[in-house]
Amino acid sequence: MARIVLNGTPTDLDVSPDMPLLWALRDHLKMTGTKFGCGVASCGACTVHVDGVASRACQTYVGDIEGAEITTIEGNATPQAEAVRQAWVELQVPQCGYCQSGQIMSASALLTDVPQPTDDDIDAAMAGNVCRCATYARIRKAIHRASDIMEA
Amino acid sequence: MLHYLNPQAPTPVAPTRRSFLKLAAGAAGGIVIGSVLPMRNVAQASVSADALAQPFLHIAPDNTVTIIVKHLDKGQGAATGLATLVADELDADLGQLAVEYAPSNPDVYKNLLFGVQGTGGSTAIANSFDQYRQAGATARAMVVNAAAESWGVAPETVSVAKGVVKAGDKKATLGELAEAAAAQPVPETVTLKTPDQWVYVGKEMPRVELPAKTEGSVGLFGIDHQPEGGLVAVMLRAPRFGATVASVDDSAARAVDGVVEVLALPAGVAVVASDTWSAMQGRDVLDVTWDDSNAETRGTEELAAEYAALLNQPGTAAPGRGDAAGKLGAATKIVEADYSFPFLNHAQMEPLNITALFDGETAEFWFGSQIQTIDHGVAAAVLGLEFPQVRINTTWAGGSFGRRATADAHLVAEAAMTAKAWLEKTGTAQPIKLVFTREDDMASGYFRPMHMHRVRAGLDENGMISGWEHRVVGQGILMGTPFESFGVHDGVDHSSVEGVHDTTYDLPDFALDVHHPHVGVPVLWWRSVGHTHTAYVMETMMDELAEAAGQDPVEFRLAHLKNDVRLAGVLKLAAEKAGPAPDGRHRGIAVHKSFNSYAAEIADVRLRDDGTIKVEHVTCAVDCGVPINPDNIRAQVEGGLGYGLSAILREEITLTEGEVDQLNYPDYPPLRITDMPTVDVHITASTEAPTGIGEPGTPPIGPAVANAVYRATGQRIRDLPFSRHGLA
Repeated sequence: MARIVLNGTPTDLDVSPDMPLLWALRDHLKMTGTKFGCGVASCGACTVHVDGVASRACQTYVGDIEGAEITTIEGNATPQAEAVRQAWVELQVPQCGYCQSGQIMSASALLTDVPQPTDDDIDAAMAGNVCRCATYARIRKAIHRASDIMEA
Repeated sequence: MLHYLNPQAPTPVAPTRRSFLKLAAGAAGGIVIGSVLPMRNVAQASVSADALAQPFLHIAPDNTVTIIVKHLDKGQGAATGLATLVADELDADLGQLAVEYAPSNPDVYKNLLFGVQGTGGSTAIANSFDQYRQAGATARAMVVNAAAESWGVAPETVSVAKGVVKAGDKKATLGELAEAAAAQPVPETVTLKTPDQWVYVGKEMPRVELPAKTEGSVGLFGIDHQPEGGLVAVMLRAPRFGATVASVDDSAARAVDGVVEVLALPAGVAVVASDTWSAMQGRDVLDVTWDDSNAETRGTEELAAEYAALLNQPGTAAPGRGDAAGKLGAATKIVEADYSFPFLNHAQMEPLNITALFDGETAEFWFGSQIQTIDHGVAAAVLGLEFPQVRINTTWAGGSFGRRATADAHLVAEAAMTAKAWLEKTGTAQPIKLVFTREDDMASGYFRPMHMHRVRAGLDENGMISGWEHRVVGQGILMGTPFESFGVHDGVDHSSVEGVHDTTYDLPDFALDVHHPHVGVPVLWWRSVGHTHTAYVMETMMDELAEAAGQDPVEFRLAHLKNDVRLAGVLKLAAEKAGPAPDGRHRGIAVHKSFNSYAAEIADVRLRDDGTIKVEHVTCAVDCGVPINPDNIRAQVEGGLGYGLSAILREEITLTEGEVDQLNYPDYPPLRITDMPTVDVHITASTEAPTGIGEPGTPPIGPAVANAVYRATGQRIRDLPFSRHGLA
């Protein structure tokens, strides 16, 4: 049981404190934009923002986030996120798309911290997000493009 | 995958449902299919009465044009491709397009190359190119005739462009004419556009579902299906393939909050709960003993020793030609090498999952079904239903790479058995979503089979190949499946030797034999199937032979490609576009034909100070016939080579005493953004019929990188992955 601010709305999570946030979101709140990929914080498909920091929801426990501000892909409408979405569509980044919620959450957090990232910045911020379709080359280009959109 | 079905479509025979499935304690968690034949279903998507409803498209009065997609889109872009074909002939506007998955109905929606409804073998566009264009042209003709009739003009005076129908000062949308068009007779023949008339085909078409995929893909994937009153199940499966449940103590599992039922099935024990996490908690405390009497208990070390021994023994001969042994006896130089390739897991991002609802008389399933006809038939057989009593709802899939297309339909069989046991136990019909965790998915088998190769190839005094002997050891993917008759001939499984036996290099003196050992590990096609290993062997051997002949690797290949203009064409195009290798980079090249498409890749590799490699850049050239959507072709080649690169760098499934050692990504490290090269893709202009592009980008990357590694380090890497050699 915890009370959080989810995408700007105070929300009660009426589940065990031991439950990962991922499953509270997906199964109890029926918010399926945050994906299950590995369960061990190794693939990044479940990336959300906890108080603005990109975090893996599969290893974030409900009992540890009392009062936290949680943003998911459904509620991420920052200018950075919107620039990322625009760039993602312009460069046709997703293929199967399953990892892309997490990719976009990591990319928008990166652009909030580092508005004009280098390739090394991108590697460091995005290395935790696996894409088996290997859309990585386009992800890198699209983050640069999103940065340009923000700049314009 | 599945291209083995190409030579002939199965003859439809009215089967009994019992002929569909023979349950036996086999390798695949207890499920083996007896025979599979296409069956009939009358299911159709419901559409309003005032729409123009055709099998492959609907035009609604609200002006939406919905393309009915018969193929599973698992990221390869099939839905957009099929929509492009319809929209072009219909002259629809891109903004009015929608897509919807077809119901399971092989009469209407069969893959024309397979004879069953299914996706694979990079055939989605190849088999649909005429069919979907005809569908668009047919609808257009009906709209035009309706407009002509209501406006009192000749049909020849009616034009359609971007969804607007015009004649003189008359004008209407496709939607406004839908009801009248539906009343028109369906024309028996239509004339398709000539390529110069195409408005969308060959252009950069944005993917129809892509904006949704930037907003959480809500409602797309099977795992996101959250039906009212739905429960979640996870299954404890045997640690060894072929083992069965001996006894179960589920008392601790039942005591876990949220767990509502525990069901012992032949293949495993299902824990049903109100949510996924509770189901996993319950499974963690299950106490199950297994009967290993039919289980595979060998590890990969034992298998490797057995395979290596088989390399020394003559195997089943595939058709050869000329006099390989004689030519080798007279050769001026001989190059010999042995190769070893591990089991591989697909590791698609969306773990396997399926939702089932069974009320005793009808059943419904929601999942990324890749061979609907087999899945449908197996579901009916398990539940004791007839084909029309079962509905398969195909969802978008978070990757597949072959994993969702199984000959035994083990996923739907497990879900059906779970739903049946649930109904028997509780007397209620509730949707149950069976979810694989990553560990379940990775240990589930259906791997790319491990293989070994031995090659002896000779050179004559002119530096031309003279004599080629080749032996392959590995499980045949098709053997023992319903596809056996299509791809196994005289004891040789095509899926183990494609890319070798049908090489288009000039090898007039050629001998090939195979061993297909019996191993109880279920194996499956993995993006580009046999080419995953055969291209590696052929193209690294060509590199070694070029060096032995003292020739440039491109020129040496071209000298042996006199009979394959298209393969030579992509090789020349890639070499021309790549230019000279940058300083500090080591270059490797490979070219390979697969799925009737041609791909050349040139890899520029940097050796890091720690001895590992970074593939910095790859220049690709592909010829897949007329390019339907160039940007999607580039995307598939980028992704295809990334998938192949991932495998050669670090991917390897091993078994110890029959148990899979790798359970999650940390054990089976996938390609990450830090590993990804930049990629240029050049597409050959072509007017040939379109061929596949989902897979052909994968085979050449491994040998291209291996050839570059040789230039960087002097090492010829012949057992994979590269991480075994400190290179990754």
